[in-house]
Amino acid sequence: MSQYVLRRLLIAIPSLLGISAVLFFVLALAPGDPFSELATNPNVPPEVQAALRAKFGLDDPIHLRYLHWLNAMLHGDWGFSFVSRMDVDTLIFQRLPTTLYVIGSAQILALLIAIPVGVYAATKPYSLFDQIANTLAFVGFSLPTFFTGILFILIFSVTLDWLPFVYTTDIKGRGIHWLLETIRQAIMPVAVLGLFQAASMTRFVRSAMLDVIRLDYVTTARAKGIGQRRVIIKHVMRNAMIPVVTLIALQIPAVFGGAIVTEQIFRIPGIGSLLISSILSNDTPVVMAVTFVFACLVVLFNLIADVLYGWLDPRISLR
Amino acid sequence: MLDKELRSMIGKVKDGRMDRRAFIKRMAAVGLTVPLANQILALGGVAMAEGASTYKPTKRGGGGALKLLWWQGPTLLNPHFATGTKDQDGSRLFYEPLACWDPEGNMKLVLAAEIPSIQNGLLAADGKSVTWKLKPGVKWHDGKPFSADDLVFTWQYAKDPATAAVTIGVYRDITVEKIDDLTVKITFPQPTPFWADAFVGAGAGQILPKHLFADFIGSKSREAPTNLAPVGTGPYRFVEFKPGDLIRGVINPDYHMANRPYFDSLEMKGGGDAVSAARAVIQTGEYDFGWNIQVEDDVLLRLEKGGKGKTVYAVGGDTEFIALNFTDPNVEVDGERSSMKTKHPLFSDPAVRKALSLLVDRESVKKAIYGRAGRTTANFLNGPEKFVSKNTTWEFNIEKAAKMLEDAGWKPGADGIREKDGKKLKIVYQTAINGPRQKTQAIVKQACQKAGIDVELKSVVASVFFSSDVANPDTYPKFYADIEMFQIPLSQPDPSQHMRRYLSTAAATKENKWQGTNFPRWVNKDYDAAINAADTEMDPVKRAALYIKANDLMWQDTVFIPVMHRLKVEAAANNLRPVISGWANETDNLFDWYREE
Repeated sequence: MSQYVLRRLLIAIPSLLGISAVLFFVLALAPGDPFSELATNPNVPPEVQAALRAKFGLDDPIHLRYLHWLNAMLHGDWGFSFVSRMDVDTLIFQRLPTTLYVIGSAQILALLIAIPVGVYAATKPYSLFDQIANTLAFVGFSLPTFFTGILFILIFSVTLDWLPFVYTTDIKGRGIHWLLETIRQAIMPVAVLGLFQAASMTRFVRSAMLDVIRLDYVTTARAKGIGQRRVIIKHVMRNAMIPVVTLIALQIPAVFGGAIVTEQIFRIPGIGSLLISSILSNDTPVVMAVTFVFACLVVLFNLIADVLYGWLDPRISLR
Repeated sequence: MLDKELRSMIGKVKDGRMDRRAFIKRMAAVGLTVPLANQILALGGVAMAEGASTYKPTKRGGGGALKLLWWQGPTLLNPHFATGTKDQDGSRLFYEPLACWDPEGNMKLVLAAEIPSIQNGLLAADGKSVTWKLKPGVKWHDGKPFSADDLVFTWQYAKDPATAAVTIGVYRDITVEKIDDLTVKITFPQPTPFWADAFVGAGAGQILPKHLFADFIGSKSREAPTNLAPVGTGPYRFVEFKPGDLIRGVINPDYHMANRPYFDSLEMKGGGDAVSAARAVIQTGEYDFGWNIQVEDDVLLRLEKGGKGKTVYAVGGDTEFIALNFTDPNVEVDGERSSMKTKHPLFSDPAVRKALSLLVDRESVKKAIYGRAGRTTANFLNGPEKFVSKNTTWEFNIEKAAKMLEDAGWKPGADGIREKDGKKLKIVYQTAINGPRQKTQAIVKQACQKAGIDVELKSVVASVFFSSDVANPDTYPKFYADIEMFQIPLSQPDPSQHMRRYLSTAAATKENKWQGTNFPRWVNKDYDAAINAADTEMDPVKRAALYIKANDLMWQDTVFIPVMHRLKVEAAANNLRPVISGWANETDNLFDWYREE
């Protein structure tokens, strides 16, 4: 087992190197310039702009810049933002809690809806409940978050005036009031993201359950006189969860990566909005750090998912 | 006419010894148009007037919280590192300049005690130096006294190339010396009629505290903790900053202006987009003020119906224009397209340029796109008022354009496109990607087609179009197209920097890595002479006349086709009384903001 993990970790090194190289070169090839806004400011002479480019090493050859970046990254230096003139890791850690809270809650909400609904729908396929759940799931994942987000804003903020639509990290008050406000302002984004995730996950859980529920050992378990509840939870669910675990494990990096569209709509100061604003302002070190950390998390959680298989299903041996 | 005589006549009109009509008649007699005569009159007054304040509250504080929404949040709080106006806006909440600009483009004192002028002896008559007297008793937020040393330091800080300040252009050629604790003298290398650039306004004028930045000058500049936690002299003290997201401040109880500020605390939230920012201010009232609401007028009108806020406009000198390329973008000379050695095959005929300007339907562009945020204009230079030419006109007339082309020998070919000597009237029209610009392109293209000109539209991502990337062919300075449209903001109430861009010597070429500012590559000796003379002309009347002449030369030559004089658009709560100047950053006059009860 530990040998397997070690081997997987070693394999991860070249793949991460590859990912970082591709990311870096694609970003370097992308047109644009972090100091482009200066170009139309008559106060800033063009040679100043050129000097800034030189100072931040933007005029060096690409391969040198990559080696430079790689070396710094290995030493734990995530880079220096052109636009904020501060260290990228500070910038990211400042925004991480908000993303973890909002996107994490959305994922939990999605799981809390998807697993019970999916399991129950699978136990009674083609019943009225299953039909309704299916229809709603279909509608749910057909509607993009930018649409439901704006719809929610129009209904709950503009028309009903119940919820704020600008997320603020600076809530006045302490104790219970602070807690309530924090929850209140997260309701809309969490609902928008959570329902979207829940919709696709429900269908996934249902089909995984249906695959297992027809198997012979389930019939055997029932024939032995074990109650429906125990059969479903102990015998069916455990086996049906393997594909679901993969799905969830691959979603977890997204919890760290944030949700670009939803964060932008509700002005949530998370990693997603940091990423998009950095891309728009050509702040390459930030884009590079966010995407690379995201890549590392994907690789890591893939490994965790594989290890979890062995625990869920002892027949899978990890060598 | 002798200048002295003119002066004395202006004096007479001012004292009421001569009536205005008589003055204008005398002017007309010597060949000056009536509007120009009127302008001269207006100019004869005080050269740099002090702005009036409309501030009403009679005590400091008590206004509650002020919630500002900047849909592009500031990402750093050192004004000398600002990559955009958003950063200047954020820094200006805490730092202050000596003076700022009011909505009329007049100077308003902030940290200075009086406006320098030749009359009070603070401005040298030859324009080579200016002396600033500082307000006594001003304190930094940490209690340390503010003094002339801070100005000298700010100058040293910004002019050091190793600091990599974006304001270096303002500070590198001047000399700042301390006369005493409350007096500094700025010396210019040549006569400088617009002397209010260094230490004035939010763009380059914000003064840094020496005692906190002294150890972080030059290459160590990026390590300064105060880059992210400013200690200034402004109306609000710094509390918290999250780049791109949030800035918080609280009232400065020791602020140096009486009864100010009005608000007890402020918050500047960043992120999102302009439309939803307009909604949060105008429709739901979650925020008091929304910055730069570039949203179609239809949408704003709809939000304003029964809403909690309204739009606020400020007139500056921003002109959306179509520039014409005077060189040939399709021929390569010495590895360079749009080379100065070439002539544009179509635009070398003035009739084609004139016809093109007749085909830009400014009224429709205003009606369909800019609405209340635009004014039609024939001028490239649209402000301040005293520099605006009244000699120019514009017209939208397809028949006239067609006839003009016909007369010049451009006959329609089999495909309906006009041609002459085998050259077809086909042009490429490029601009940055942005809703209003693409719509304007479509309106112009339609009119051109009716007149027999084939227009190919091209749009480039803004981050590329405005970049200084030498390797990219689609940047605006390279101008590898026949015409291109955008705007260059006029960031101070003076046209000198703006107009100097188009000197023949400043043409953007391969040799200067396209850093030259004259991207139309227009060459006109009279223009060069007028601009160079204006640069050192200390007489405000003559100087304004030179800029008006320069603008008229551009108009005669059709270098630019002005599409729209654009106003600043902001959203504000109905009871908020913001002071917004088209000549300054939105937060430049923040100390004068209050709420009507």
